[in-house]
Amino acid sequence: MKILELKKKAAIARSRIIMNSHKTNTPHLGSCLSCVDILIALYFSKLKINLNDINSLSRDRFILSKGHGAAALFQILAMRGFYSEELLNDYGQDGSVFAEHPPAPDYLPGIEAATGSLGHGLPIGLGMALASRITDNPYHVYVLLGDGECNEGSIWEAANMASAQSMDNLTVFIDSNKWQATDRSKDLLGNPSHVDKWEAFGWNTYEIDGNDMQEITKVLAKKPKKAKPTAVIANTVKGSGISFMEDDNNWHYRIPTFDEVKLAFNELSIDL
Amino acid sequence: MRNAFAKEVTRLAKKSSKLVLLSGDIGNRLFDDYKAIPNSNFINCGIAEANMMGVAAGLAMSKLKPIIYTITPFTTTRCLEQIRVDACYHDVPVIIVGTGSGLSYASLGPTHHSLEDFAIFRAIPNLTILAPSDGVELKKCLNEALKLDSPVYMRIGKKGEEIITDKSLKLKIGKSVTHKKGNDVCLIGTGTIMPEVIKAAEKLENKNVSVHIERFHTIKPLDKNSLRKIFKKFSLISVVEEHSQIGGLYGAIAEWRSLEKYHYNTRVLSFGTKDEFMHDIGSQHYARRKYGLDSQNIYKKTYSAFKK
Repeated sequence: MKILELKKKAAIARSRIIMNSHKTNTPHLGSCLSCVDILIALYFSKLKINLNDINSLSRDRFILSKGHGAAALFQILAMRGFYSEELLNDYGQDGSVFAEHPPAPDYLPGIEAATGSLGHGLPIGLGMALASRITDNPYHVYVLLGDGECNEGSIWEAANMASAQSMDNLTVFIDSNKWQATDRSKDLLGNPSHVDKWEAFGWNTYEIDGNDMQEITKVLAKKPKKAKPTAVIANTVKGSGISFMEDDNNWHYRIPTFDEVKLAFNELSIDL
Repeated sequence: MRNAFAKEVTRLAKKSSKLVLLSGDIGNRLFDDYKAIPNSNFINCGIAEANMMGVAAGLAMSKLKPIIYTITPFTTTRCLEQIRVDACYHDVPVIIVGTGSGLSYASLGPTHHSLEDFAIFRAIPNLTILAPSDGVELKKCLNEALKLDSPVYMRIGKKGEEIITDKSLKLKIGKSVTHKKGNDVCLIGTGTIMPEVIKAAEKLENKNVSVHIERFHTIKPLDKNSLRKIFKKFSLISVVEEHSQIGGLYGAIAEWRSLEKYHYNTRVLSFGTKDEFMHDIGSQHYARRKYGLDSQNIYKKTYSAFKK
């Protein structure tokens, strides 16, 4: 898919995520908007998926380890055709499968792992990547982490082991939007350089603008380095794409009013 | 028991390439035969149990059969959230083996004791809890556990446990085993404490008390049918476990009983560890005596209750 089309998809996804937040009181808008471009690029230009056989053992896997970005993932899975967009009408209703975090895989097509508690997605993804090697069934595993999520020790346990096991079928995106729930990431993480950290753990590392479709697709087109896992430090903006939400951490929890939805749609050039 | 585990897992790995054994940097030389099998899958995950549990879940989600092996507190409470979320919420067949359970590693201090595992795990959905008493029962438990498509926790001892299980036993998960029939009192036990239970029964028999012994290798799901029969028949039951008196086998039985419609006229004694950390260190035998889990105390308390 061409860059322009991917950008258009990302704009549509943003509009749906914002409208859904308004309608259903779903928070974490800032976190969803920072990773939308990466999700769109993965689902529409990279992941090896067969919609007629979504559980095919040779499919590529994607795990949204920062599970609070689920509102973005749910919209994009529907856009990609894993389920009908009407299913999303249940969103926010009692008894719905759409929690604020991804449900267990048996409960919604396209979900690879139920996340929400941070620091779980990378070890699970590493297990899936190892399974590819053990079963001699080549596929690639992508895991999206939040930069705040990298506070969790289990991420670094997995980072060590993935490197020791030479997992070249494992790619991690760090959605580095520089904010955690209540603070600037750099104030909590010590050395703010993710590049230094992942390189020190033996990963092949790239740094990109994670809200620039051109840069995302370019990094996805690179051949994995032999015997090394890949970490893409994606510098993103929390609330990316909507001027009044960008880098304003209030949008970790705030719900947009209808007037704000209108403004956002206007900025995205999407008809309400 | 750990040698029996290594032997059985090696035998099984020869038959199935789906088996993946993950160790948390323990079992020096224990798995050499396993590793020598061509194309066997052994991963030393290092001292990083949270990651190991997540990796195992990822393997199980990919249709493999991971078995995790490390010292009990580190494969249970250390990575409890990974067990709850990655293995149990996803309901995938990860087999979690905890070695040196209960007071097996008494001399290593409370960091290495596991006296709360039943209590914590009983409350987690989808998880089967097994506690074989010796190498023979362990092998049977492992084979049955591998047939399930859901997570299993198996608590095992260390080495040199006395064999008390009949080799011909047809073990079924969730079904207790009658070790010995009797008419006056019933002793219920689980796991590696069984030899003490059997010795206590012998002492009671010497006093002309006819003792029934029931062995619960499965803590969850609890064999309620077996309990109904036992509670109907006996007016005195002693429950013995190398676990806290809170939330273990005794706790499970007490919960079950309180919800039964039928009123059982049965007195139940609980033999387990106290609600405390053990600060005075000694051998497993010393620790068992300290908490009244030795055959002499089980016999004495049961006998005195029987005489009343």
